[in-house]
Amino acid sequence: MSFPWAEHYAPKHPVMQWMDEKLPLPRLVYNAIGAGYPVPRNLNYFWNFGVLAGLALVIQIVTGVIMAMHYGANDLVAFSTVEQTMRDVNAGWLMRYAHANGASFFFIVVYLHIFRGLYFGSYKAPREMVWLLGLVIFLLMMATAFMGYVLPWGQMSYWGAKVITGLFGAIPVVGEPIQTWLLGGFAPGNASLNRFFSLHFLLPFVIAGVIILHIWALHIPGSSNPTGVEVKGPQDTVPFHPYYTAKDGFGVGIFLICFALMLFFAPNFLGHPDNYIEANPLSTPAHIVPEWYFWPFYAILRAFTVDFFFVPAKLLGVLAMFSAILMLFFLPWLDTSPVRSGHYRPVFRKFFYILLIDVLILGYCGGAPAAEPYVMISQVAGAYYFAHFLIILPLISRFEKPLPLPNSITDAVLAKYATADGESAAVPAE
Amino acid sequence: MVRIGAFLVGLFFAGWLLISFLVGAAAYVSEPPQPTVEQEFHLNPKHVEFSFDGPFGKYDNRQLQRGFQVFKEVCSACHSLKFVAFRDLEAIGYNEAEVKAIAKQWAIKTPDVDPKTGEASTRDPVPADHFPKPFANNVAAAAANNNAIPPDLSLMTKARHHGSAYVYSLLTGFRDQQGYKNAKGEELLKEFPDAKTPEGLHFNPYFANLNLAMAPPLTAEGQVTYGDGTKPTVDQMAQDVAAFLTWTAEPKLENRRRAGLATLVFLLIATGLAYMSYQNIWADKKKRA
Repeated sequence: MSFPWAEHYAPKHPVMQWMDEKLPLPRLVYNAIGAGYPVPRNLNYFWNFGVLAGLALVIQIVTGVIMAMHYGANDLVAFSTVEQTMRDVNAGWLMRYAHANGASFFFIVVYLHIFRGLYFGSYKAPREMVWLLGLVIFLLMMATAFMGYVLPWGQMSYWGAKVITGLFGAIPVVGEPIQTWLLGGFAPGNASLNRFFSLHFLLPFVIAGVIILHIWALHIPGSSNPTGVEVKGPQDTVPFHPYYTAKDGFGVGIFLICFALMLFFAPNFLGHPDNYIEANPLSTPAHIVPEWYFWPFYAILRAFTVDFFFVPAKLLGVLAMFSAILMLFFLPWLDTSPVRSGHYRPVFRKFFYILLIDVLILGYCGGAPAAEPYVMISQVAGAYYFAHFLIILPLISRFEKPLPLPNSITDAVLAKYATADGESAAVPAE
Repeated sequence: MVRIGAFLVGLFFAGWLLISFLVGAAAYVSEPPQPTVEQEFHLNPKHVEFSFDGPFGKYDNRQLQRGFQVFKEVCSACHSLKFVAFRDLEAIGYNEAEVKAIAKQWAIKTPDVDPKTGEASTRDPVPADHFPKPFANNVAAAAANNNAIPPDLSLMTKARHHGSAYVYSLLTGFRDQQGYKNAKGEELLKEFPDAKTPEGLHFNPYFANLNLAMAPPLTAEGQVTYGDGTKPTVDQMAQDVAAFLTWTAEPKLENRRRAGLATLVFLLIATGLAYMSYQNIWADKKKRA
C-alpha cells in the first residue's frame, strides 16, 4: 500500500530498468522498506523491535543451519555431537552459544514488540490482521523453541519434552493416544528426537513466511504511531529509507551490544545447569522448569490445583495455559475504545502497567519450584491475567473518558518540540 | 457476543484461580508446610577465588596442570572424562611429547579390536583418544561403587549452579553428621532424627540431598606431590581440581572472552557511527517547522 504522496520507484540505470520489466523485485523492496514506504514521522524507539525480531530470526537461521551440519539427531549421539560442536568445530562454541542465547533474545524483542502493541493499541482496526498474524508467529516461535530445547538431549530437554507432551495426556479419552502419537512412543526417545529435529528445521521458514504476510498486512493501512492518530497528509510521514533505516541501524547496534555481552560473557546465564547432564530416563531432575520465556504460561499451568467437579485440575491448567495465548486473538474485539494509544487513555494505562508487573510476577513464579508461596502467588496473578483481558479491558473501553487527541501527528510533533524549546505547548484545538 | 463469551470465560478462569488460592491458603494456614532437612541444612557453595573469575579472567596453566595431576591420581580411578581428549591437554601447557607420554602411560587402556582375531582387546591410548572410561559400562560402575554410578566430570562445573565453587566446596565439605549444626545453631540429628546418613553414604552439606555415595576423596595433605613446589593441602588440591574441571567444561573460555572484547569494541564504534548518521539524517525533521 502507499499513500498518494509516496515516492515512486524510477530506475535510471538501464540494467535496473531491464530488471524492473522482467522481475520487479527491487521495486518490491523499494516499496516495502525503501523510500517508497511513507511512515509516520513520530515513531519512538519501541517501533524498533519489529526489525530487531526479524534480525533475531536471521541470526537463528544462520547459526542453526551451521549447527545442523554438525548435529546427529539420534538419542545415542545427540548430546555428544553438541559437545563436539562446542569443542572441536571451528567457532562451534560461538554458533552454539549464539543460537541458544539468540533464542532468548528473539523472545525478549518479541515480548517488547507485543507489549508495544498492547500499550499503543496497535491491534485495533484497521490493523487486526497484523496482530493476528503476529500471534501466529508467536505460537510458531514457541513450538520451535520448545523443540529446539529438546535437541541437545540433556536432562531438561528430555524431561521438558516429557512434561509438555504430557499436557496433551490430560485431554480426556484421546489424550494418551495423542501423546503417544506426538512422541512416536510411550516416552521421549529417538523417534521424538528425530521428528523434533525435522520440525525444528522446518518451522523457522514457516515463521519467515508468516512474517512476510505480517509485513504485507501492515503495509495495507501503514504503520501505526505513538499518538494512535492516523496519517492525514504528507507532512505526517517520512520515507522509510533513509529515515527509519538510519534509526533501525542504531537500534540494531544497541541490540547487538546487549546480545554480545550475554553471548561472550554470560552464555549460560539463561540456561539451566541440568541440561549439561545427558538425558537419563531413570533420573528425574528435582525441579523441571522450561526456558525462561515460557515461565508466565508455566505458572498459569501449575496454578490450577483444585478439580472443577469432574474436570481434573491438570486439564484445567492445560486449558488455561492455551487460553492465555489464544484469547489474545480476540483482543481487537475486546478492547472497543476508539482511542488507540495508551498515552491518551488514563485508566487503561494504569491497568496496562499492572498487567506488565503481573506478567513479570507470573514469570518469576513459573521459574520457581512448584511450592508455596509461589503457587498461591501465581493463582492471584493468573486470576488478574485473565480478568485483565476478558473482563477489565472491555469494561474500561466502555466507561473510560480518554484525553483529547492531537489533531494530527505533525501537531503532536510540533507541540513536543515547542515544549522542548521552553515555550508553551501548542494546545490542539478540539 | 464475543465480549459476553469472553466475560464468562474470564470469570470462570479468574474465579476458579481465586477459589484455588483460597483452598491453598486455608491449607497453608491450617497446616503450614514443614521445612525439610535440605531446606534447613543444605549449604550454598563457599566463596572461592579463581584466576578465571570476572569478565577478563584467564586460566592459570600451572594451576590447571596441578588440577590435572589431582584428577589423574585421585578422581580418574572412578570418574570418566569422556568429552576431553589427550590432545586437548596441549591447551593447558603440555607439549606434544608430554601429551604422548601422558596418553601412553595412562593407567586405563583404550578399548580396541584385535586386528587379527577381531576379538575385543585394549591398547595404550594415543593423543587423539578421549580419556578412557574407568568402567566398561554403568553396571560395572555401579557394582564397584556401592550401587552409585560416578558421573562423568567433563561438564561437571557447568552442570551445577556455581560449578567451580561447588566442586571445591563439595571436595572440602565432608563433615561428621554427629553434632553437625547449621548457622542458626540447630543440630541436624536433633531437628531431624530420621535424616541420619544411611550406611555407605557420606554426609556433605554442599550436596543437594546432603548424603552422597562418594567417600571423601581428598583426605590428607600431600596426597599428591606437586612438581612446581606448591604445598598440596586439601584446600589447594580441591581448588586446583575445581579449576581443571572448569577448563574441561569450558575449554574455549579465553577465546570466547577475547572474541567478545573485540566484538564489543567494534560494535561500540559501529553503534556510535550509526547514532551519528541517525541524528544527521533526522536533523531537518527534529526542528520546529
